[in-house]
Amino acid sequence: MTELDFRVGEVIETSTSRFVAHCYDLHGAPALGSLVRTGAPDRAVFGLVAGVSTTGIDPGRRPVARGRQETDPAEIFKKNPQLTRLFRTEFEAIIVGHADGGTIRQALPPTPPRVHDFVYLCRPDEAVRFTERLDFLALVLEQPAPAPADELIAAAVRQAAGHRPHPDEFLVRAGRELARLLALDPVRLQLLLRRLKHAD
Amino acid sequence: MRTDGRGSWPGGRRRLGRVIGGSVSGGLEIRLDADVPVEEMSIGRFVTVEGDRRRFLCLVTDVKLRSVSDRVATVPPDYEDPFIARVMGGITTYGVLQVLPTLTLPENPDDPPEPVKTVPGHFSPAYDATPEDLKAAYGDEGKTDNFRVGSPLEMPDIPLCINIRRLVERSNGVFGKSGTGKSFLTRLLLLGIIRSGLASVLVFDMHNEYGWKAEDKERGIEVKGLRQLYGSSVVVFTLDEESSRRRGVTYDSVVEIGYNELEIDDLLLLAEPLNLSSRAPDLMAVLEREYGRDWLAWFLSLEDPQEREQLAKNLGFGMNVVNALYQSLSRLKQLSFLKPRADTRAVDLMLSYLKTGRSVVLEFGRTNDLLAYMLVANVLTRRIHRHYVEAKERFLGGVGEDPKPLVVVIEEAHKFLSPAVAHHTIFGTIAREMRKYNVTLLVVDQRPSGIDDEVMSQLGTRIVCSLDNEKDLESVLTGVVGRSELRNLLARLDTRQQALVLGHAVPIPTPVRVRDYDEHLYRSLKPRASAPEGGTIDLEKDLFGEW
Repeated sequence: MTELDFRVGEVIETSTSRFVAHCYDLHGAPALGSLVRTGAPDRAVFGLVAGVSTTGIDPGRRPVARGRQETDPAEIFKKNPQLTRLFRTEFEAIIVGHADGGTIRQALPPTPPRVHDFVYLCRPDEAVRFTERLDFLALVLEQPAPAPADELIAAAVRQAAGHRPHPDEFLVRAGRELARLLALDPVRLQLLLRRLKHAD
Repeated sequence: MRTDGRGSWPGGRRRLGRVIGGSVSGGLEIRLDADVPVEEMSIGRFVTVEGDRRRFLCLVTDVKLRSVSDRVATVPPDYEDPFIARVMGGITTYGVLQVLPTLTLPENPDDPPEPVKTVPGHFSPAYDATPEDLKAAYGDEGKTDNFRVGSPLEMPDIPLCINIRRLVERSNGVFGKSGTGKSFLTRLLLLGIIRSGLASVLVFDMHNEYGWKAEDKERGIEVKGLRQLYGSSVVVFTLDEESSRRRGVTYDSVVEIGYNELEIDDLLLLAEPLNLSSRAPDLMAVLEREYGRDWLAWFLSLEDPQEREQLAKNLGFGMNVVNALYQSLSRLKQLSFLKPRADTRAVDLMLSYLKTGRSVVLEFGRTNDLLAYMLVANVLTRRIHRHYVEAKERFLGGVGEDPKPLVVVIEEAHKFLSPAVAHHTIFGTIAREMRKYNVTLLVVDQRPSGIDDEVMSQLGTRIVCSLDNEKDLESVLTGVVGRSELRNLLARLDTRQQALVLGHAVPIPTPVRVRDYDEHLYRSLKPRASAPEGGTIDLEKDLFGEW
């Protein structure tokens, strides 16, 4: 697989703590909690997919239902190929780190990603390397996210665990980090931990 | 010096946690790391805290459970779920060790450890103490004066030594309620003392368990006594020849005591068991003045009441006073070892052995009632002590040798050293004068609160097995730093094979799991000092030939 295979879209809106990417394919956004990367390698910015939306390109035109006669929704797109052009899929990513020369810092980048920078889904080995440190969890907890932050964290941690040969060890390690961060809110902590565990 | 890495120390010792608070007087608090199970920690364990400049040897005195906020307790997490338990354990809820910093360990292992005058900084890491740490504090088992009495609690592989030279410098006590292994512990100490060659011992063996053999009821086996282990460096005397012979004991001499050897003070010590009247001391003093050293034998021969009436008239005492004294003293006739006149003065024979550096065990056989025990122990010790005083004074005057220190072992010590009689008995004197005349005591007792405070305060080293009486606990810890923590520890000792050692012979109060009294011990008892004077004893052969 080439790098092109992991390219999912382009940055169309950007700020210090988050960016929005337009996906090349309709419904082609990475899963919630996936780690994505954008920008040139020496100033790469990493983000977690925090919310995905698919809407019509023209806010003035409301889509209509078309499938009354169909048994499979895919048939609708086959019969109306223009539809793939009339809708767009975007996702919002919360920034959780950036490359600083050769090292990766789990902190906000000095400058935000640029518009039209390509956005790549991180390969499993990249994701594993990035999640070796767990400081990014604190960044996510502090951000207002499109989806509840706890859901996002649970999804991200489960994905990172799934890339590893011993997922349970990682879940315990991440769980303990969360326990430290949320020590004073045991109810929230416990709900979050339950979501982590449902990975298996 | 501080290192945070785990397992990066020699031997890969485990990091337990970090200091989160404390003081010199109140001890330190160590928060346990998440992966250290709280139940593995127990009071009596040793931990080392690595400060920036010093290492502190600490004793665990309490183990506590904490949580980061009260909400955790109000809304308890779902600990049924192993994942949640594993993640939250040690973080939202965690264990804390309360430790007493006891010594500062030197950088250089040859330097002595120092008392603690400060505390390690916040978040200094704490580790399991290593054998090297304990060696630095308690001394090396391989060194001459040290004797291994056991191991720290929960750390069975680490030897814990006491310093015999310091032990015999003062009087000492072994305390504990009955059935806690006082005799085993005492015998162990005596083995250590004899092996060191630093002192002789004289044991008044009320229950015949030191000399030749003893029974280990727990294991249902017989264990070897001092004579079996040290051959002819230990001499066994008996008060009851028949009993000794029946028990298959190799004894060296039978003790008989003449009435003429009893002094009035010896009898006054027995005022209670003999039920002596208040006029008895006066009457005895008069009798001794009128009839000389043999007054007692003569007085006890007055079986005819008329003779006694005549005596009362002659001396100007009431008939009832004379009769009461006669009745009281007649109890002495039942003591088979008392003779009107003894052929050999047992005390001279004992002294001759002690002079050659041997140790003496006096078995009481079936004569193990308290009256006989107190009488014999007092009579013999009084004379032996007198001899040591003379020898020491001669030595100080430039004549003769310094007598070899002697440790006198007495059981049921509160009977001799209670506030009421401590001032009359020779034992009170010995305890108070410390080692001035090279004689010290090893008192074995189950009621330390019955012992005179002044005597108690003079005991250099106290070895305390399990006690549960409040007064007794209070009494053994008089004058010790960290009393409340130690008391807590003491109250939780097992009733078998565990003891707290306090005082002169150990650098810090130390809970000990007493070593097993077995073949392994026997084998470790190679003598440290040269054979006693006299030249006729082949110690090596005696020690190992009988096995």
